[in-house]
Amino acid sequence: MNVLEIRDLGVDYLSQSGAVHAVADVSLDLRRGEILGLAGESGSGKSTLANAVARLLRPPAAITSGSVVYHRQDGTAVDVLALKRDELRAFRWKELAVVFQSAMNSLNPVSTVGAQIEDVLRIHAPKMSRNDRSERAVELLQRVGISADRRRSYPHELSGGMRQRAAIAIALALNPEVIIMDEPTTALDVVVQRDILHEIRALREEYGFAVVFITHDLSLLMEISDRIAIMYAGRVVETGTAEALHRTPRHPYTLGLLRSFPRLHGPREELLGIPGTPPDLRSLPPGCAFHPRCGRAVEECSTRLPLLTRGPNGSDGSDGEVACLLNGGRGVEETS
Amino acid sequence: MIVLEGRNLTKHFTSARGPRGRLGKRPPVRAVEDVSIALRAGSVSALVGESGCGKSTVARLLAQVYPATSGELLLRGEPVRAHRGAAFRDYRRQVQLIFQDPFSSLNPFHRVRYHLARPLRIHGHVRSDEEEHRRVAELLERVSLTPVEQFMDKLPHELSGGQRQRVAIARALAVEPVALIADEPVSMLDVSIRLGVLRLLEDLAKESGLALLYITHDIASARYFAEDITVMYAGRLIESGPSEAVTQSPRHPYTRLLLESAPDPDRVTPRDTARHGEPPSLIDPPGGCRFHPRCPVALPVCSTEVPGRTELGEGRWTHCWQAETPELTRG
Repeated sequence: MNVLEIRDLGVDYLSQSGAVHAVADVSLDLRRGEILGLAGESGSGKSTLANAVARLLRPPAAITSGSVVYHRQDGTAVDVLALKRDELRAFRWKELAVVFQSAMNSLNPVSTVGAQIEDVLRIHAPKMSRNDRSERAVELLQRVGISADRRRSYPHELSGGMRQRAAIAIALALNPEVIIMDEPTTALDVVVQRDILHEIRALREEYGFAVVFITHDLSLLMEISDRIAIMYAGRVVETGTAEALHRTPRHPYTLGLLRSFPRLHGPREELLGIPGTPPDLRSLPPGCAFHPRCGRAVEECSTRLPLLTRGPNGSDGSDGEVACLLNGGRGVEETS
Repeated sequence: MIVLEGRNLTKHFTSARGPRGRLGKRPPVRAVEDVSIALRAGSVSALVGESGCGKSTVARLLAQVYPATSGELLLRGEPVRAHRGAAFRDYRRQVQLIFQDPFSSLNPFHRVRYHLARPLRIHGHVRSDEEEHRRVAELLERVSLTPVEQFMDKLPHELSGGQRQRVAIARALAVEPVALIADEPVSMLDVSIRLGVLRLLEDLAKESGLALLYITHDIASARYFAEDITVMYAGRLIESGPSEAVTQSPRHPYTRLLLESAPDPDRVTPRDTARHGEPPSLIDPPGGCRFHPRCPVALPVCSTEVPGRTELGEGRWTHCWQAETPELTRG
């Protein structure tokens, strides 16, 4: 059961020297209640994709193709890209909320965190009484691990971790079906990050929302996500369950990423890494954008663009997809 | 051979603004307290800790960006006393810093050639334009920015993050330092190119006999690239030893927490879902062991007295009241 369906989405950044295709032909499904990890390096289009889905793009970025459909629990479908201004206001927070990387910038510095939660409630749930709003604000803060007396704190009085918790509390205020989290823990310390990840999973169990979790840290994604989509140069190059991607990555890029980060446990295996640098989106190589960095590339890779096709990913026969021409479109067949 | 050593380094920052405490004094930020660290030629040491723990302050103290409140520095065993003049300049030449953000550490208006030629000129390593060109080319070669002719005339914005960081490394190498302090050199870079930059630093240490201090929050990368790891928490050193030993059998409860918190898809142990709190304020740090409010095995003594250094053999030591009872600290 999908809560969000993205089809053939394309986003361009328009500039004088022509359009830059930041996101190209992306199709992704978000299932109800799942945590979908979106991984990719800077410039891979992961944040642009998220902003397009939340309708947060501003010029010069423009959606050039595709569709985003949101399915309510009662079965009605909403064409997100066609929402008008007032419809969009109702859609955001209530059905889809966003948590950004830097909570310092997304929270209002001259308003207490409690007041900011009450603000969201006042606008979107006008029937609530003042007392109910205040109670709900305290409940939400406690739910994310902030004690009730901190509701009168301003953002600058909170630590980075607390601010991010407050931002999550605001996102939860109206029980949305989808929460997009764009690098929510990147600026935090590992211990705080771990605590917040636990919190997100626990809240997900409790409220049943779906999460699109965006980060460049693949090892973190593998722990928190149910499914993962890997992006490279604006395209999704592989999807699969976290388990399948960890054990049997199909795309050479995924395999390269897995072999790039040092492991904490087990023998000190040699790190192989990925040669070269991520491509310039203004002048993408023809064919598969990864081919200049791919040790396995064949001649066809530089001429034909591989499409995302269902592959035999995962031992459980789950529906992984890969965009690679090797082995007849099944990608690499090695374990990480 | 120990090239650079800091002994009992302490740094308190006094703020020019903010509320005054008793007697009209503003309380200092106790950023670094009693830190001793030694860097060996040809070897990579790692200093690991969370943000705000004082690891960057240690880097700046070692490079004498600002003076220590107390403690001393030794370069090749000789105490360093100069704070101005030629001797000080020579110290700054021998101990070079590499910063986290290669986007702000290079002047956007100047070409790569200028960035590398300037230290050569200032420190008198070149006498002619010809020699300068040759030395710049050599430096670019050493950090694998080839073809060198092509990179020489590029502006920083024409380079990727990894390439910029290589330019910053080449600039540090230009003056032939004996010690290199790399403060989070790869945390701003994409995952796929981090490895190359870390390998480069490792090779430089091995081949040129540089003493390298790798400062990072990522203990997994320290395991791979450093021979020994020192862990820092809230301004104090808490544990040190060979990297394999520290990461595989940590003795301090904080090191354990750090290791348990690091993302690791291979993890087999069940997730622990307790909340662990956050690092303390350094204006009014907890008494005794600074970790005791978050420590799962804290004793009454931990909140009153600072634990001394306990030698554990094989170059390992820790500051913990329970260092002698590893079954407790290992949990």
